[in-house]
Amino acid sequence: MDVVVLLFLTSGLFLGWSLGANDAANVFGTAVGTRMVQFTTAAVVCSIFVVLGAVLSGSGAAHTLGKLGSVNALAGSFMAAFSAALTVYWMTRLGLPVSTSQAIVGAIIGWNLFSGSITDTNALFKILGTWVACPLLAGLIAAPLYKLTRIFLKRAKFHLLRLDAYTRAALIFAGAFGSYSLGANNIANVMGVFVPVSPFTDFNIAGMLTFTGIQQLFLIGAVAIGVGVFTYSKKVMLTVGDGLMPLSPVAAWVVVIAHSIVLFLFASEGLEHLLASGGLPTIPLVPVSSSQAVVGAVIGIGLLKGGKNIQWKILGSIGAGWVTTPIISAVVCFVALFFLQNVFNQQVYREVHYSLMPAAMDKAVKLGLPAEDLKDLESQTFKSASKFRAAVRKQTFLSKPQESKVLYYAEISRTSITPEVLGTIDRDWLGEERSKALDSLSGRTFTYKWQLSESLSAKSDLWKSLKETTANKTYNKQIKSKLDYLHRTFAIDD
Amino acid sequence: MSKSPALFRKTRILEGQIDEFLDCITEAGLIFQRAIKIYLEQGASDEFAASTKQSNEIETHGDNLRRIIETQLYEQTLIPDLRADVLKLLEDLDNLINIIQANCYRFTIEVPDIPPEYHKDFMDLTETVVTCVDTVVMSARAFFRNIEAVRDHNSKVMFYETEADKISTKLKTKAFRSDLPKVEKIHLRYFVERIDELANEAEDIADSLAIFTIKRSI
Repeated sequence: MDVVVLLFLTSGLFLGWSLGANDAANVFGTAVGTRMVQFTTAAVVCSIFVVLGAVLSGSGAAHTLGKLGSVNALAGSFMAAFSAALTVYWMTRLGLPVSTSQAIVGAIIGWNLFSGSITDTNALFKILGTWVACPLLAGLIAAPLYKLTRIFLKRAKFHLLRLDAYTRAALIFAGAFGSYSLGANNIANVMGVFVPVSPFTDFNIAGMLTFTGIQQLFLIGAVAIGVGVFTYSKKVMLTVGDGLMPLSPVAAWVVVIAHSIVLFLFASEGLEHLLASGGLPTIPLVPVSSSQAVVGAVIGIGLLKGGKNIQWKILGSIGAGWVTTPIISAVVCFVALFFLQNVFNQQVYREVHYSLMPAAMDKAVKLGLPAEDLKDLESQTFKSASKFRAAVRKQTFLSKPQESKVLYYAEISRTSITPEVLGTIDRDWLGEERSKALDSLSGRTFTYKWQLSESLSAKSDLWKSLKETTANKTYNKQIKSKLDYLHRTFAIDD
Repeated sequence: MSKSPALFRKTRILEGQIDEFLDCITEAGLIFQRAIKIYLEQGASDEFAASTKQSNEIETHGDNLRRIIETQLYEQTLIPDLRADVLKLLEDLDNLINIIQANCYRFTIEVPDIPPEYHKDFMDLTETVVTCVDTVVMSARAFFRNIEAVRDHNSKVMFYETEADKISTKLKTKAFRSDLPKVEKIHLRYFVERIDELANEAEDIADSLAIFTIKRSI
């Protein structure tokens, strides 16, 4: 792999390291701080389960982050992650509460503004909603769980020492679950911005298991988190113990479980699929802040006890963090991208051009879009999504979904299916029938992404996406990632 | 006792040692009660000496157990949030055996002359303080296993301590209003106070236990 690629990945690793140093303390802080669990035990368990969570379940939350804005040049990803890391580091130094989730969202918006990309407001509101929901949900889980645990312990009448031994074991299990959830939910913060530009390719292990490029990327990020845990988290763990409210080891266990459940809920694709197949409403898969989940859980328990011991000021600072962190991070990212592009001459984004060529106009007519109103824009090329959208808005009024469709059908992404490149593709991962369909397109070139996917769909049903329901989301995501792979592999310059 | 997995075997052994330590205190109380009865009936006889020796042995055994328990609590960093409280509790309880042993030696060395009209009061006082000690041991057991019951036991400890105070006041008043020589009056008062000290110490432990229980329930 190119050394430059590795160099650019370092900012993600830095962010991962700081996440490991800070957020591992949320999972094992009370246990280690109160000496219920040894630091080494905590660090080993935490690292192993963070890696497992990131590699096995990390893609759900990364997908939502990817929707917010697709950083399409490695130098841009580097700066987004670096700005987020810098914001986290700086705010931590100032003693302000900060979350990597909020910092990275701000950085992506900063990149969107700089590159003229459009921030998906639906995805943004989905993310903002979960930030409020995360501590609330943690509190709502922690309070009844604490009550139930107390009732159980009252009935069980364990000897003080037996209770101590059981609590230790429970803290380790809860910590393992917490670390898994942390890895699954927060790896998106660390490596999410590198997903669209991932330098890794998928490979098969003994023809049985595919280790995708994204999983490889997440593995590296998770290892960086592990390094953060081992090298720096002890300090944080020992101070986190009595930060918000004095907690007994049993209450600490409740906090860790509540935090882990919340992070897991916002990361589990399996659960989403299960809920959807049962016709139940699903939980959005979004990276949330583990610190805020912990604070929510502690406050939930505090309120149950009458709310006397809670430091209410902390709630105010969390609210302030929701606003200040993304703004600071977005500004830092914007300014830093400017320097990286103009002073260091790096390509921080790849220009995505938009044009309504005849093929796209035909498509617009077929879809019932007001093509007549867009006639003036035909064959004009726009250098960014925001410029194209502004031109469209000047011509006609479109509803949000119509606007998204026009943007999708006008996005230029040239591909050429050449026999040379066909010889290098990962056929095991694509599957036999899909590969055959692709082979039949040999020699053809496409201007738009949708042209390639429609041509493939015409050749084989296996290239077709299913109806957009939550139950079909996983399948459609697989199709999309395969198409993304083809777009990357067969891409040609304008 | 239910069979615990191997993972918790060490914990089970330590629980057993704490129970054994608490048994020592109850046993020491019973030995003391019997020793006073023998002294009142026979004076500093061989049988009394045997009881004193028994109190000495149980004190040594109690001390050893306490040290083993304390060392394990520290070495295995057990109950980190309550360790200091438990260590204080064990040491205060151990002090009850020390007082019992010291009292037996006092009777052996000083051989106080207790006239027969005071025997019943002395026996009543001894039985009350031993019941008080027994109750505080039950309270300590409850602290380890069933904190809901600590309060009930503690209120009994307070009751017995007050009863012991009443008996000792009555006894001292009776002695000082009698025709006994001054020196004997003072000697009697001294022994009444030394026996009553056990109830006072038990009450102090019950007070500490009340606080430890609040801390444990948070």
